[in-house]
Amino acid sequence: MGRYVIRRLLQMIPVFIGATLLIFLMVNVMGDPVAGLCGDRQCDPATAAQLKKEFGLDRPVWQQYLTYMGNVFTGDFGTAFNGQPVTELMATAFPVTIRLTIVAILFEIVIGITLGVVTGLRRGRPVDTGVLLVTLVVISVPTFVTGLLLQLLLGVEWGWIKPSVSSAATFDELIVPGLVLASVSLAYVTRLTRTSIAENKRSDYVRTAIAKGLPRHRVITRHLLRNSLIPVVTFIGTDIGALMGGAIVTERIFNIHGVGFQLYQGILRQNTQTVVGFVTVLVLVFLVANLLVDLLYAVLDPRIRYA
Amino acid sequence: MRGAPHATWVACAAALTLVATACGGGAAGSDTGAVLSSSWGDPQNPLEPANTNEVQGGKVLDMIFRSLKKYNPDTGQAEDMLAEKIETTDSQNFTITVKDGWTFSNGEKVTAKSFVDAWNYGASLKNNQKNAYFFEYIEGYPETHPDDGSKQTAETLSGLKVVDERTFTVRLKQKFSSFPDTLGYAAYAPLPQSFFTDHAGWLKKPVGNGPYTIESYAKGSQMELRTWEDYPGPDKAVNGGVTLKVYTDNNTAYTDLMAGNLDLVDDVPASQLKNVKSDLGDRYLNTPAGIIQVLAFPYYDKDWNKPGSDKVRTGLSRAINREQITETIFQRTRTPASDWTSPVLGEDGGFKEGLCGDACDYDPEAARKLIEEGGGLPGGQVKITYNADTGSHRQWVDAVCNSINNALGNEKACVGNPVGTFADYRNQIGDRKMQGPFRAGWQMDYPLIQNFLQPLYYTNASSNDGKWSDEKFDRLVDEANAETDPAQAIRTFQQAEEVVRDNMAAIPLWYQNGSAGYSERLSDVRLNPFSVPVYNEIKVS
Repeated sequence: MGRYVIRRLLQMIPVFIGATLLIFLMVNVMGDPVAGLCGDRQCDPATAAQLKKEFGLDRPVWQQYLTYMGNVFTGDFGTAFNGQPVTELMATAFPVTIRLTIVAILFEIVIGITLGVVTGLRRGRPVDTGVLLVTLVVISVPTFVTGLLLQLLLGVEWGWIKPSVSSAATFDELIVPGLVLASVSLAYVTRLTRTSIAENKRSDYVRTAIAKGLPRHRVITRHLLRNSLIPVVTFIGTDIGALMGGAIVTERIFNIHGVGFQLYQGILRQNTQTVVGFVTVLVLVFLVANLLVDLLYAVLDPRIRYA
Repeated sequence: MRGAPHATWVACAAALTLVATACGGGAAGSDTGAVLSSSWGDPQNPLEPANTNEVQGGKVLDMIFRSLKKYNPDTGQAEDMLAEKIETTDSQNFTITVKDGWTFSNGEKVTAKSFVDAWNYGASLKNNQKNAYFFEYIEGYPETHPDDGSKQTAETLSGLKVVDERTFTVRLKQKFSSFPDTLGYAAYAPLPQSFFTDHAGWLKKPVGNGPYTIESYAKGSQMELRTWEDYPGPDKAVNGGVTLKVYTDNNTAYTDLMAGNLDLVDDVPASQLKNVKSDLGDRYLNTPAGIIQVLAFPYYDKDWNKPGSDKVRTGLSRAINREQITETIFQRTRTPASDWTSPVLGEDGGFKEGLCGDACDYDPEAARKLIEEGGGLPGGQVKITYNADTGSHRQWVDAVCNSINNALGNEKACVGNPVGTFADYRNQIGDRKMQGPFRAGWQMDYPLIQNFLQPLYYTNASSNDGKWSDEKFDRLVDEANAETDPAQAIRTFQQAEEVVRDNMAAIPLWYQNGSAGYSERLSDVRLNPFSVPVYNEIKVS
């Protein structure tokens, strides 16, 4: 187990370097960001040169990348164009996005798995068909439509919630945005769980458990569900990274000042430091989430052993 | 405001522990007087007066600073604010006297030194101030800010001298009669000593001499401004303060306004313009602002700078149906342009409706003829280059192209050429890569006709992106700047503008309006010529 984890951690190093290099190059290809800082006029050449020097943009790309990586290892992610250190931006943005992701994941787990179990056990019944239809609709409607619709209905028409999230972004404010963010994944979780449950219901070990005379709820939770959750856990694990980085649309609609907002602004202003910094952290989150998923397999299915 | 039964108090209770004002609508009426909330965008640059060149940062500076002059929100005229008198005999040497009794909100007196130090800071290359060129007319600028990037040889401008506590002199490198009228721009604001001694601390919480003080500033999300009770100026704020909230999307701000969660939106999204009348009624403002949109041309490209090109440009201008585009796409938030300035200048300030004459009138017949006489479109097609990331440029560029295509009876006469980001767009312009007409917007720095002409069309001027150059125009501008009689100066500027027209150096499209919507709690809301709300006059009930 320990050796497996170490091997996995070592594998992260090339992935990490490759991902940062790619992002670094991509942002760089977009050209010189200083030109966008002076509005609809030419920056005066002396100030522009001075700014480029300050942000290290006057050196060749490979040198910029090496300096940047060197700084990253000492915990310095550079400075955004408005003079704020990127670490400061991260300190305000990540907690907000993490809260939003937690809300979304909770929705996926609670609603998604419950619906999946219910429909999986009652295959072909009206409740199954109903949920199937609903999930189809949810998957096919883009997030911004669901988001704007809920915002308009709940926020403006009925006045149940405030249409935008305050800068504090507390958990209760994030319930509706979290639901919107989770909606598509939630539908996938439902369908994944349903298929898995329906398949395993007919397997030998379930029949044995029933034959032993175990109570129904124990058969379902201990035997059926535990074994059926493996694909679902994989999905939710990879979804953590996707939700954190992919919340741009939801964050814009509900005015949440999280990672998506910072990334969006960083890209518009071609701020290499912000974009690379945030993506680097997202890559790390993705890698760690994947490792945790793999370790969870062993917990769910004792037959899986890591050496 | 709609009733928000149960969920609101839950949200408020939770938010109270963190930010008391988070409960927008309901929490007004405390001791501090009523505070209004207003939409905001994250300023792009640090909030220093000589480093702020966009409207979001400018909004804050407008609230926390007062300069020698202030532009009247109605007429745009420069009026004395901190200046007791500005005297000159030759339009080149100015003696400026600062009014007595002004202080910064930290108690420090505003003196001649506060101005001279601030201007020296703004002009010095090592401080990276993006508005440094505002000081280029002052003697000694090349030494503090060498353009070729060589080392600066002076820390201070030799043309600035403190005479006594309230007087200083300015010596310009050339005659510039309207120089005093430029002094209302934020870059010329005075700065307290703490700006220089504790710069990082000042940036965290800027201190100025305006009607508002900054109570708290959470970068990227919110700024709380409170009325400064001891403000010595004549334009004291009548409300308790302003909370500026950063919105990532102006649609969300508008939705918040509809839900009674926000008091003032000063940028109504284009997609809502159709509903805004029915949503807000007379709580919607649509007033002229000092912004003009034009199509500039690359004069470094031989195809656009040969005999007859002026006819092609005029022909294109006549092929654009400005009336129809401003009506259908912008819902009258823009006005068809008929000169190269802006209505906010007023007749006396140099705005002359119809100066463009026939050349700006839609006439497909004449357009076809002119383009044919001028040798046809270079390469048989024009590409209008624009940045696609902001400001709904795509819609109007497509509409302009449609209009040209219809007028010329050729489906391929004009196409749009989008560029992904604004920075990339500016880069391509800087690298002289434009192959045809391109979008050029101009928001005035100060309401003077000079500001609409010189930076855009003077040889090698800072915003002369097409590199147009005309001796006659340059000579007339020089003459106008040296003219001591303001009325005569404006007439000379208008003659220079006629040179622009005769060459059709750039096609004027439309004047842009400022738009705003506000909640039922507010009254006396209006926008100044810079399309910024006049916050200090807003009453909150």
